[in-house]
Amino acid sequence: MTAQPTPSWRLPDLPSQTRLPARRCGPAPRRLPALLAAGAVIACAAAPTSAAGPTAGTAPQVDVARLDYGLRARSLAPGAWVVEGANADFAVANGCNIINTGFFSTGAGVVVVNTGTSRLYGEQLRALIQSTTPEPVVQVIHLNLHPDYFLGNQGFADRPRLATALTAAGIAREAAAYETNLFRLCGDWMKGTETRAPDQVLQVPTEGRRWAVGQRRFELHELAGHTDSDLVLIDRASGVAFVGGLVFADRVPTTPHARIPQWLRSLDRLSALLKEAGVKTVVPSHGPVHEGERGLAQTRRFLQWLDGGFTRWAQAGLDMNEVLRAPVPADIRALAAFDTEYVRNVAHLYPRYEQQALGGSARSR
Amino acid sequence: MPSAQLKSTCRATLSCIAAVLLCSWTAPVSAAGDVKPVRKTSKPAPSAAAEDPYEGDPFKSLPWGDMRREYLGGERAVFDERVTVRGPAFAEDPMNVPVTVSVVGLKDIERIVVLVDRNPIRRVLEYQPMTALPAVSFRFKLEQASPVRAAVRTRDGLWHVGGTWVDSAGGGCTVSGATRKDGSWTQTLGQVSARLFESSPATTEASPVPGGGAGAARLRLRVMHPMDTGLVGGIPAFYISRLSVRDAADRELLRLSTYEPVSENPVFSFDFPDRLAGGLRIVGTDNNGNRIDARLE
Repeated sequence: MTAQPTPSWRLPDLPSQTRLPARRCGPAPRRLPALLAAGAVIACAAAPTSAAGPTAGTAPQVDVARLDYGLRARSLAPGAWVVEGANADFAVANGCNIINTGFFSTGAGVVVVNTGTSRLYGEQLRALIQSTTPEPVVQVIHLNLHPDYFLGNQGFADRPRLATALTAAGIAREAAAYETNLFRLCGDWMKGTETRAPDQVLQVPTEGRRWAVGQRRFELHELAGHTDSDLVLIDRASGVAFVGGLVFADRVPTTPHARIPQWLRSLDRLSALLKEAGVKTVVPSHGPVHEGERGLAQTRRFLQWLDGGFTRWAQAGLDMNEVLRAPVPADIRALAAFDTEYVRNVAHLYPRYEQQALGGSARSR
Repeated sequence: MPSAQLKSTCRATLSCIAAVLLCSWTAPVSAAGDVKPVRKTSKPAPSAAAEDPYEGDPFKSLPWGDMRREYLGGERAVFDERVTVRGPAFAEDPMNVPVTVSVVGLKDIERIVVLVDRNPIRRVLEYQPMTALPAVSFRFKLEQASPVRAAVRTRDGLWHVGGTWVDSAGGGCTVSGATRKDGSWTQTLGQVSARLFESSPATTEASPVPGGGAGAARLRLRVMHPMDTGLVGGIPAFYISRLSVRDAADRELLRLSTYEPVSENPVFSFDFPDRLAGGLRIVGTDNNGNRIDARLE
């Protein structure tokens, strides 16, 4: 990869300081559709989810009484850390911390990838970074619009926060509903949480772009399908990729904004990108950090199974309740958060298949 | 299980107003637990029902008695396991909560009424299966966590009641649907998509599903309609009120009365004991007198 002669951490060709309008901070209106769209990441009921699983060892030690997330920075390579959440569904017991965030030191300051689920998370993440590296935080980047990618921004309110135009627009649209629903699900963990929207717009051409910060030369790619804008951040030097919501490892994918055909195409593209860049360590937003394409293959398998099953069932005339009770292969049934997330998958996606099967076959007279 | 989950959530999160509200309304449930043993020790008397404010309701929901008087004509009702109501444990989308009612082993069924205790509008639909099987699936709008019930009237005048519990973040009845918001409902009002499936899917290997699998045919249909509840500011109630399916000889096969809580652009599934010939007609009207009339070849 060709290094760009930019000594600064700033984006060399960022249409610079494209400021977004500040989000109004009034009381959250009771707007349901937005809340529905938010639904996946946000459980309507936090049913108990088994903490056991392939990743139980990496889940942080949460102290609910002290509202301490117990965040730990695990080094993936020199200057690259991941901060792992539980591989589960939102629950008070896990602090609603189900996301993997991370940060890089660059020689010119720290780049933070996603800020977690609450003001408290953002503050505790900031403290963790300061105790891990002497470099100051210089930049925050959000990989998509879902709430645990940005609700910790109050911990980074004094730093520039970068997102694609689609992600920034999505956050502006959905933030109020996210706040309301996470307060309902997570309670005191959300105390004092208010959205600090991203304040810089990132433009990523189709072929991707390079982003130099200090000595690091990141690559950014904007794919889609999990949401309308799924950002992938690759650091060739350390062999680490943050693949955001495109990959779910050992966990049922969330689908409130999903478009499956597009998502599957993005997985093919991502596979090529990871190979081409020689990435060793893949950090998905949900589920364990892993080597190579294990999580990518799991996600592809899940989406293909869902797509095939929904198509077949819709063509057989199944109603949504029957789909919810239809047989599920054991490997998919074993994925974390299945009991709640699959109900959401069906609610989000089955109506499209259903409508395709019904078609327009009745003629109005 | 959902209520236990909510309670434990509440203990840790007293600041969460929504959760506290839900907790406070589950309180009668635990209080009712204390009532039960007392009833058991006393001799069952004709007045036992009067002493039990829940009238034997397994959900111990206080509105039940009023609902029986208002929607079931005050007639006698029994809780009956032959009437099953299936839904998801929680409403991911409170504007589209899937519900499947099926009745197995009851004869002489006149009609099925679906009621939701905690909805601002409790009556969801009334179904007369006529030649169809006593089973129907559809989606409805749920305002908050609630029992969802089906009451089945047999010809002897007795109501047989079954139900399930659906948890919800709430709000399904008090926001507009997508086609009302973007105004597109005016372009599609009353349009019907429908398809006849060769067998009720319960009988196929694709699915060991509810309904008993007795069906030889299933009709699924969607009618485009905003189904406004009247509970959104400035938008009066506007909903499909009647639907029926007729065969080529104009014989009525089934009849449905629908109310505000049925979801926008509703999708219904009906099962039939025998195969159906083509040439079905789907006819109906909404509360403004707009006609629905479509033919399925």
